Amino acid sequence: MQSLSKVWLFCVLLLVSSVASANLTIEITRGSDQALPIGVVPFAGSDGMPEDVAQIVQDDLDRSGYFDPLERSAMFEQPNQSDDVQFDTWRSLDVRYLVVGRAEQTSGGFEIQFELMDISGQRRMIGETVTVRGNDLRGAAHYISDQIFEAITDIRGAFSTKIAYVTAQGVGDNMQFGLYVADADGRRSEQVLTSDEPIMSPAWSPDGTKLAYVSFETERPAIYIQDVATGQRIKATSFDGINGAPAWSPDGRRIAMSLSKDGQPEIYIMDVANRSVERITNNNSIDTEPAWAPDGRSLLFTSDRSGGPQLYQYSMGGGEAERLTYTGNYNARGRFSPDGEQIFLIHRSSRGYQVARQDLSGDRLVILSESTRDESPSVAPNGTMVIFATQQGNSGVLSAVSADGRSSFRLPSAQGDVRDPAWSPFLN
Amino acid sequence: MQLKPLARSLAAALSIVAIAGCSSTGGTQDGDSYGSQDGSTTGSSTSGTGTGSQYGSSSGSGSSSGQQADSRIPEVRTIYFDYDRDTIKSEYESVVMSHARYLRANPSAQMVLHGHTDERGTREYNMALGERRANAVERFLNIQGVSPSQMSVVSYGEERPAVNGQDESAYSQNRRVVFNY
Repeated sequence: MQSLSKVWLFCVLLLVSSVASANLTIEITRGSDQALPIGVVPFAGSDGMPEDVAQIVQDDLDRSGYFDPLERSAMFEQPNQSDDVQFDTWRSLDVRYLVVGRAEQTSGGFEIQFELMDISGQRRMIGETVTVRGNDLRGAAHYISDQIFEAITDIRGAFSTKIAYVTAQGVGDNMQFGLYVADADGRRSEQVLTSDEPIMSPAWSPDGTKLAYVSFETERPAIYIQDVATGQRIKATSFDGINGAPAWSPDGRRIAMSLSKDGQPEIYIMDVANRSVERITNNNSIDTEPAWAPDGRSLLFTSDRSGGPQLYQYSMGGGEAERLTYTGNYNARGRFSPDGEQIFLIHRSSRGYQVARQDLSGDRLVILSESTRDESPSVAPNGTMVIFATQQGNSGVLSAVSADGRSSFRLPSAQGDVRDPAWSPFLN
Repeated sequence: MQLKPLARSLAAALSIVAIAGCSSTGGTQDGDSYGSQDGSTTGSSTSGTGTGSQYGSSSGSGSSSGQQADSRIPEVRTIYFDYDRDTIKSEYESVVMSHARYLRANPSAQMVLHGHTDERGTREYNMALGERRANAVERFLNIQGVSPSQMSVVSYGEERPAVNGQDESAYSQNRRVVFNY
């Protein structure tokens, strides 16, 4: 019986990619006082369609913190094309931008036309007909959100991106872990891996096709690289000791990681093609949580060489790593902004562990989150938001805060703890 | 009974210990001979003379049932740590010693030390802190003459809490090293 249950334990490890009910929902927790008022009129013809595309667009824009959408109940006109828009009507509602559109079912799927109006400028800004194959109305909605966001802010939209995250249920020896990939709004989650041993630290390849992660499924840590679409994977490293914190280089050819095979955890760089590793740091302290600068020329990492954890930057040319953080006695798990000019990190303040930002040109540190048990910040590919793990009551939830700290939202899960989020690169 | 200092890599010495039942082996010489090279890395109270005296007293009191006890895996298999520390607290030294006796008496026994932290702080950094705790116990056992080939270390960081909760009571139960046979 005992050997049977052991066999079963190993079988529980599923590699199938299947739709699971681990969707996350969104709660906006802080709106920006500088958000732009926008109206997203319900799209004509969308009644009875499987998704309300205009509502998804409205939610995307709302979540970004850049926009303050007008409630539908306040829209006493519902135009569906630019020619029908009465600018005075919308100006009287203090709306600066308006999105109108219509949707229809086609033989192969759907067709959605949308237009974006500048109400104060009384002009049409953009418009497009989006062809939807199959049932991918959510994908189409996120695409429309991306176009609207970029037209108004000049910043590339990141609504069509994904997040990877880890779920955990249970305690002690009876735990279940899952690795999931979902849309950036937490919906359409798909299971990548489940295990009764811990899964940690998912990291996207720069082309968005693969995830590197740590799994304890052999009862010790190893780094795996898995193709998200096919589920195929390889075991990349399983040295003695810690195999942790994988981080892909911007060119996708190397993975920085923390290995303790030679004693203390040190930063290594693995060549993905031949899996050889090169040691980068060498001292008697903990070196972990590497992150590549966007130009690939330096690595940010956590080290306790000064006594407690602080962030250091190592230049690929060699030489001594430079200490970057001096505020407080706990700064860890740094991540660069996409322009490489700022870092986001976990800072221990008098209140607790919080997401913070620091400009690399100075050493001033700004706390962004209001929660106090934060972990694992991961930056959106357009740099506008940082997603992180935190606690709500006794549950682990994902939360996000804008890079300027003005707005935030939460993605609670129906069951279990959610943690270790990784925001994908741009996927289109 | 006073044995010569145990050379940790000598299987011969270990087998003598096994035959002797190991209930009164060692004495202070173990601590003296290995304590100095271990130094501060194990934590100040866990090596050198402190180890020796603790060892001596426990072997004295346990001698009557020693042989029988050393044939069984010790029942207490978890020790707890202070926040952000990897020092083996004096109250747990007898637990570690009981495992040292068992492992010396059973040279074919294998044991994995699982290091754990509480949930505060970042996950991968906690992975490193959990490893430090397990390494501290491994070094302590090594000093007590346990062969390195019998031991290995796996850190689980904060990934496998023993109890859920966000207060010191929960945290203190999660900062631990578990002896897994």
